Order: sequence, then structure tokens, then C-alpha cells
Amino acid sequence: MSILDSKIPEGPLADKWTKHKNTINLVNPANKRNIDVIVVGTGLAGGSAAATLAELGYNVKTFCYQDSPRRAHSIAAQGGINAAKNYQGDGDSNYRLFYDTIKGGDYRSREANVHRLAEVSGNIIDQCVAQGVPFAREYGGLLDNRSFGGVLVSRTFYAKGQTGQQLLLGAYSAMNRQINRGKIQAFNRHEMLDLVKVDGKARGIIARNLVTGEIERHSAHAVVLASGGYGNVFFLSTNAMGSNVMAAWRAHRRGAFFANPCYTQIHPTCIPVSGDHQSKLTLMSESLRNDGRIWVPKRIEDAQAIREGKLKPTQLAEEERDYYLERRYPAFGNLVPRDVASRAAKERCDAGFGVNKTGEAVYLDFASAIQRYGKEKALTSGLHNPSADQVRELGEKVIEDKYGNLFQMYEKIVDENPYKTPMMIYPAVHYTMGGLWVDYNLQTTVPGCYAAGEANFSDHGANRLGASALMQGLADGYFVLPYTIGDYLSQDIRTGKIPTDTPEFDQAEKDVKDRIEKLMGGSGEHSVDYYHKKLGKIMWNKCGMSRNEQGLKEAIEEISALREDFWKNVKVPGDANSMNPELEKAGRVADFLELGELFAKDALDRNESCGGHFREESVEQSGEQKGEALRDDKNFKYVSAWEYKGEPKDAQLHKEDLVFENIELKTRSYK
Amino acid sequence: MSGLIKSSIARKVAMALSGLFLVFFLLQHFTINFTSIFSADIFNELSHFMGTNPVVQFVLQPVLIFGVIFHFVMGFVLELKNNKARAVKYAKYNGGANASWMSRNMIYSGLVVLAFLGLHFYDFWVPEMVHKYIEFAPEDPTRYYPELLHKFESPVRTGLYVLSFVFLTLHLWHGFASSFQSVGFNNKYSAAASKFAKAFSIVIPLGFIVVAIALHFNQH
Amino acid sequence: MNLTLKIWRQKDASSKGAIVDYQVKGIEGDMSFLEMLDVLNEQLITKGEEPVVFDHDCREGICGSCSLQINGEPHGPDRLVTTCQLHMRKFNDGDTIYIEPFRAKAFPVVKDLMVDRSAFDRIQHAGGYISVNTSGNTIDANAIPVNKDNADDAFAAATCIGCGACVAACKNASAMLFTSAKVSQFALLPQGQVEATDRVLAMVNQMDEEGFGNCTNTGACEIECPKGISLENIARMNREYLKASIKG
Repeated sequence: MSILDSKIPEGPLADKWTKHKNTINLVNPANKRNIDVIVVGTGLAGGSAAATLAELGYNVKTFCYQDSPRRAHSIAAQGGINAAKNYQGDGDSNYRLFYDTIKGGDYRSREANVHRLAEVSGNIIDQCVAQGVPFAREYGGLLDNRSFGGVLVSRTFYAKGQTGQQLLLGAYSAMNRQINRGKIQAFNRHEMLDLVKVDGKARGIIARNLVTGEIERHSAHAVVLASGGYGNVFFLSTNAMGSNVMAAWRAHRRGAFFANPCYTQIHPTCIPVSGDHQSKLTLMSESLRNDGRIWVPKRIEDAQAIREGKLKPTQLAEEERDYYLERRYPAFGNLVPRDVASRAAKERCDAGFGVNKTGEAVYLDFASAIQRYGKEKALTSGLHNPSADQVRELGEKVIEDKYGNLFQMYEKIVDENPYKTPMMIYPAVHYTMGGLWVDYNLQTTVPGCYAAGEANFSDHGANRLGASALMQGLADGYFVLPYTIGDYLSQDIRTGKIPTDTPEFDQAEKDVKDRIEKLMGGSGEHSVDYYHKKLGKIMWNKCGMSRNEQGLKEAIEEISALREDFWKNVKVPGDANSMNPELEKAGRVADFLELGELFAKDALDRNESCGGHFREESVEQSGEQKGEALRDDKNFKYVSAWEYKGEPKDAQLHKEDLVFENIELKTRSYK
Repeated sequence: MSGLIKSSIARKVAMALSGLFLVFFLLQHFTINFTSIFSADIFNELSHFMGTNPVVQFVLQPVLIFGVIFHFVMGFVLELKNNKARAVKYAKYNGGANASWMSRNMIYSGLVVLAFLGLHFYDFWVPEMVHKYIEFAPEDPTRYYPELLHKFESPVRTGLYVLSFVFLTLHLWHGFASSFQSVGFNNKYSAAASKFAKAFSIVIPLGFIVVAIALHFNQH
Repeated sequence: MNLTLKIWRQKDASSKGAIVDYQVKGIEGDMSFLEMLDVLNEQLITKGEEPVVFDHDCREGICGSCSLQINGEPHGPDRLVTTCQLHMRKFNDGDTIYIEPFRAKAFPVVKDLMVDRSAFDRIQHAGGYISVNTSGNTIDANAIPVNKDNADDAFAAATCIGCGACVAACKNASAMLFTSAKVSQFALLPQGQVEATDRVLAMVNQMDEEGFGNCTNTGACEIECPKGISLENIARMNREYLKASIKG
């Protein structure tokens, strides 16, 4: 029996959540006024949790490193948010959303959590509309839906390509209402540097005021971590520059288990890296794959010529192109799931067929879609003998209506017109499914410390479906955590305010200050970015889209050595008692240097290919699926939860066995 | 209501409404002046009416004076407040990249127009007031045209008038059209309204210029 | 390309600042403006100097963090982009580029090019919300039909990223475009009608208290806005405000 208790309620799947809500303890309104909750991170999960907790009557303190809660990186989500509303009458239901999410996650998530997510998904849309989120609508005034990869129904609600922004502003407006009422105190430009435990329970945090450099103590009866994912361990990712793992990692060091760190989503349609100066990657919505065809040249000489600028892609005839996804996966073609598309692109580029100057890009071509739409449009507008130019023009107009903003963004960044020449894309780190281990109540293994949104590991298994991240963040924040946290806080109605002048706070503050002093005291050989870039290279090459035992073992050693070098030789200019972005970065990179190692260790342990984690040792050996990912349900149908034991490589593994009572485990096939 | 007057939007609206009122007055003033270049009699008749009608003299005239004073005092108040809103100035400010010269320099075009008003009052309004309400001189319904003609004898004064009208155009070019926006009028008719306002801001001052020059070259 | 940068350096809010000259070499057209500053900072760190501080985060034009006044224009000479999306190919070898913080009394400098835009947050605290509890028991989303044009206009207003370019561009440092975008988003939706009167009065009042200047309709804000927020929103807010003032 594992020491992990997921606390999944008994009973039939569809009744678990209702039953659980009916039986957990509540805190009466008068007592809520005496209870403080800290929320770290103000994205969709943190913002919505803070607003709801404050609404319920708790005293909430929020922390974010940005200058305003509204700038959290949830704001960059483009495509949409799933909800099983079945407004389209296409047979959607809570069960289908549940099923799609479990299957999409390659059967590595908890049935009960995912079903709850599907159950509350409809409420999210009701809630957001009520608070004024301007979702896209049809002419009748009702909400519009679009479809997304990996599913058979239209259940995605959207606000053009800025759904994340609109939802975050919705959560932020709910926060504003509570800030105005004095129920939320917002600490912006503050970073959590440690979790404070008193008698084994999370009772506060140590935070640094990023403007003054002051180290502050904040106490509370519970701490909610909603600090997002750790994709920036790869240096280059679609995450924001400031996105970091510090809050989660500090909690991990204080006893919270870290689950499935190796599950990373690599998104296939990002703008390729243009050079060494590159600081971050830009995502292009997955929806582009609906109309774009992905290819590389058939002959390696042509690829070579293109890289050298001697040949243009438009000069290659149809038969000189290799539409490799259509070739390998005739059934799904360009619409295979994210992980499959990403690996296939890497395979071609590694084989020497990459098309930009770095050799790490493939084409996403809209020429046939432009022709197809152009002809269709010509027909419907009564043009019987349209010229080639007319067809092209009409087709481009249709594409512009669908993807105009994305095409414009591409043109700004790459300086090429994607209507005339194929886009170049390459996979990039986008989302991390792993995170702090939480039970059904979203509580970590530290009592009183909760994790929500991307910061926890709970709902997406080994691979996340498109438009599900926003759903999970808001489900956790608006509808799950505010209930489940009450069960825990009901024990605290007589506790009174938590003092901050205790030995536990003293010690935590001292630890933090010592660490800062150590960071400032490096020999000053290399900048923080130097180490971050090096770490990113190791991660990308050895823990990236495909992994093998040898590479992972090397990665563990290399990261460990890099970390040692970092602590000796890092250069942090300025001082610790004022605004110092280099110091902020240094603290974050120090944690990435630990997490990266655990990441590699987890990937090494998981000797199977599943979802975002592809092990070269675990592939189908024969038959139709030869060469494709081979999941191993017999040996790896578990959640890996790692306990901190000093060095990351010494972390201890605890397994939570995943039980599937309502779903039959199947192999994903896209052939 | 006191909140209304203190708020930035209310002040803007007041600025726009007083401006619109002055635009209307300008049109009326121009209409009368314009008659002077083809009929001294009509001009005299109209001027006499305006100068002696009690409603015009004791209701409209004070309202107009209040409108003028309000418009420029409020203009100064807003300018001062706006100046304070950016205490440290930019080392490099490329205002021309995103806004017209006229819109950025209303205070200067306004000041020129205000200075002109001083001259104009000195030329016409003050003698008029002295004539009527201090000296109680007997009313002569034919005196207006010769007085007018006399004023435009000097090429310097005529030149000053012409120059002021150019600045009036600059002031109106932004002010008139933008007053619609200030009072919340921005819809499918806005483009047409704005075109009208811009045409007005050229045609009317140009008309005044024509009158001034015509009178200058029409000395008997 | 090689460039001369004239950058505002200021230690903290209470210190006096000044323009300092820097040279950067080997800048490529594919770099974003912020990546060019990364190069400068790496150079400064190597020399043991303090790097230039500036706000930035998502680097894809949506978080609204980046905020530089570049050659006298917020977010530089390109249109409909934030500084992080401005690419160096818009500049030429040998150019001198002025880089200053967004200037407004209501946006005090925190350090170097970083300013404090919390005034925007306070305007939103004052009324930028619909008072509905997050109970999950609200009415079904499709029970409130919204005219598509209104929904689209509300969305367009809601795409404001709160960067402050409107204030920085305005010769009066007025925050009317920002505030009106926030007011409009709700004013255009039926859900927002209930609190419309209080909302516009409270938000305008807070805007005035923060010390922003007045709107004189120069239209600079609309031109410099990276998200193309329309001046129509200001007219709408003026209407809403007048209506609300008369209603009391």
C-alpha cells in the first residue's frame, strides 16, 4: 500500500463529486472571516480561486511576480475552452468529455478527477458569461463553438484567438470586486521564496517584494499554489519569460511530492527558432493544421539548397515534396495529436530534411487550401471561368477570415508572407502535465498546501488535449478548491491568527536570506542566462521529444554538474535590497537546475512511451503500428510521485496506482 | 452635480458645448458681415437690429460673453492640468507620428484667437459700448457701414485680421469636429459630420478673410 | 547592424534619472527589440555593470507588460504591435534610438524603464466587474442572447492589454482610451446594464483621482494602441457618463 492517499470518494463515478460535496465539512460564514488564505499565482486557477474564496468570506492574500494579476501567462492561451454543454446537439455529454480527456491523456490520469472536471465544465461557461466574458456568438445571439483536435464533437467555446485573455480578465474582474470590498489584498511584484510549515501544516510563505527587495513574512491557515507550469526549464518555450517553478519547487523541498515531472507537451505548430539570440518561442494555434499541409522536400539535396537560400519552396513540384504526416498516418493525416505531429517533425529534421537556416523547421503549406477555398468561393459567387489569380485571391480572402491574426503575427516575426510562401513551423515546449501531486481535494502531501491549475498534475495524464488547460484552471479555482479547502479549514475555526514571529518563520526567513546571499556571492564568471541556456540545451536534446536511457543518464549527470558550477560561478550584479531582475532570474534558474534533474530521473524511470513522453526503447516492434509509441500498462499504469530527499537524484519514488473502472484501456492509433 | 463639474469628462463636454455655441455664433456673425460686401443697407439694417434689440443686447450678448470667457478660462484650466499630468517630459517626443499639429496645439491657436478677440473688442465692441451706454449718443441706423469701412483702411489691421482667421481655421479644424466626439457622438454619421466640420472650419474663416480684404480694397 | 542607444537610467523612484548612451553591435533584423536589449544587458553584466531594467513577460504581445517609449512613440514606430513584437528590421545600421519609460505623473518610474501602472488596476478595482458570485448556480449561458455586433464590439474593447501606450502617447497623459475600453466592454453587454450607472461614475472618478490628464481628442492613443482599441469607446464612455450623471 502506497503512502499516497488520493481520497477518491466511494460510489459510482458520476455521483462521486456530488456525494463528496454533500458530506465534507463546511465553515460557517462568521468563522470564515477569521480565516486567512494565501494564493500564489493569479492566472486562471489562482485568480478564480482567490475571487471565490474571498466571495465566500475568507481573507485572501494573492501574490504574483507581475505588476498586475491580469498579466499572468494564462492570458496567452489562444484557442478556446472546452465544456460539455452540447449546444450543438452533436451528442456531447459529460461522459464524452471525460472519455476524450482520459484517452487523450493516454490513460495516465485519475478517472474521478477527470469526471469531476467534465461535470463542472458547463458551469464555467455559465459563470464566465454572467461575469461578462465576450465569447464568440452566432447571429442569433447564442454562443458559438468550434472543434479541436482529438475529439469528435464541437465543444470549444472561444473569443477569437484570445480566449485565455478574456477568461483571465473575467477572473481578474471577479478579483477586482473582492479587492474593492477589501476581501483580497493583492501583493503584486512579489515572489514566493519559501513555504513555511508549522507543526507539519502549511502556515504561510516568505515572499520578496521585487521592488524594494524586502523579505516579507505572510501567514495564513492554508496556502494555495497556482503558479503554473515549468516549461521554462527548457529555456526556450512558449511560456512567459518569468514563468517559473519556484513556488512549487519550494513546496516540494518542504515535503510536497512532485508528480510526473517528465510529462511535457511539445506543441507542433510554433514559429521556428531564428538564431542564438532567441529568448522565447511563439505558438501558432493548432487550428492551422485544419487547412495547412505539412511537408519537407523529398530529396535531401533540395532541403540543403533551401537551407542555403538557393531554392524556394514554391519551386518544388508536388511530387518533389514529402507530405510525411499524410504518408505515415493516412487516416488522420495532418490532424494527428500534438505529440505525434511533433515527433514526426523532429524525425524529418534529424534526418536532414529541415528547411530553415538552422535546419529545424518544416513547412505548413496553405496553397492547396487557398486553391480549394478559392474555387468553392468562385462557384458560390457565380464566377464560372475564374482566372488563376481570381481563384487565388478569393482563396486567400477565406484563409484571411479564418486565420488573419495568426498570419499577421507570423509575418511580423518571420518577415515572410505566408499567403505566398509556406509557413515554417517547428515543435516547442508548451505545457507541463506534471506538477505537484494532489489528492482529490487538490491538497498536496503537505497538509494545508493546495495546488491548482497547471501547477498540479491532476487531470491531463501524459498528454493534454487542446482547449483543456483553461477548463482545468477555472474548474479548480471556481468550483473545486473553494469547496474542498473548506473541509480542511473547518478544523481551523478556533486557531486564530497565525503569528509570524515564531521560530518556524525565523528559520524560513533565514534560509531564504542565506540562499540570496549565496546567489549574490558567486564568483561572477557567467550570467544567469548562460546557465539557463545550457540547461535548456541539455533538456531539449536529452529529455525532449524522444528520450532514451543513455541520454537520460547523461542528462542527470550533466545537470548535476551544471548546478554545481552555477552555485560557484554565477554572476548576479546589483544588490539584493532593491529591484534586481537578475537576482530574480538566478533564484528561478537555481530551482530549474534541480527540477531538470528530477525530470530526467522520472523520464528514466518511466520505461514506456506514453503521451508526451516517448521512450525510444518502447516502440511497437511489428505490425501496422511498427515504430509507433508503445505504452506499457502492465508496468507503468501509475502516477510517479517523488519525495524530496536532498539531491534531486536521490528523490524517492512513490507510486499511485491508477484504477480504471469505467474505461477500457486501448492503444491510440492514428494510422 | 458638483461632481459633474469637477470630472474630466464633464469639463470636456462643457468645453465642447461652449465651443459649439461659439461656432454657431461665428456663423451668424459671418452672415451679417458678408452682407457688407454687396449691400451697405442690409448690413446697416442688420447691425442696427443687433445693436438695439433688447433681447440681443441684454440676453444673448451676456450669454455670448460668458461663453467666450468660459471657453478660454476652461481651456487654460485644462491645459494646466494636462501639463501637470506629465511632470517629466520626454527627451524625444514624436507627436507628429500619431496626431495632427492642430490637435496638439489648440492652446496656441486658441491664444492667437483670444488675442485677436482683444483687438476686435477694442476695435468694435468697446467703441460700441461707449457710444451706446456711456455717452448715450443718439442712434444713427446708417453709421455701421462707414465705421466698418474705416476700420479696414489700415493694411496692418487687415493683415492681422487675416492672420487671425488663419489661426481660427487651425483651431476649428480640430475643435469643431472633435466636439462631436466629446459629447459622445461617434457613429456611422460621424465621418460625414466630421467632413462638414472641416469644410466649415475652412469656409467660414475664409469668408471672413474675403470680407476683410474686400473692405480694405473698397475704400471710397 | 550597430546602434547607438540613448536609454533612461534611474536607480529608483526617488532618485534622479538621466539619459545614458550605449553602443550595441551585431544586431540582427530577426531579433525583437527586447532581444536587442537582452544583448545589451548581457554585455553590461559581463562588464560588471547593472543591466537595464524593463518590464516584459510573455514576449508575444498579449500580457501588456512591455512598455517602452522608442524614438518618441510608445512601442516604437511600427503599428499594432507591442515592443516585444517590434523587430529590429524596422531600424537601420547606425541609427540612434531613444528609449524612455512611459511618462505620466500617474505612472511613476520604478527603476530605469520600468514604471508603476497600478493606477490602471485601481481604476478597475473601482468598478471593472459585474457583481456575480462564482457559485456555479448562475443561469445557463445561452439564456442571455447577445446581439452579435454588440458581442463583437465588447470583445474588441476587451482585448485591451492594459499596457499604457495610450497614456504614453497622449500629449496630456490621459487614460481615457484605457478606461473607456473597460467601461465599454460591460456597457455593450446586457449583463453589464444593471450596474452601468455606478460603474462609469466610479471608474471615471478613480481615473481623475489618479492624476491622468484630460482627453483632447487628438487620437494619438488609437494610433499607438497595439490592439487597435477604437476612439468610439471614448465617445461611448462620454455618453454613458453623461447619462449616469443625469440619472444620479
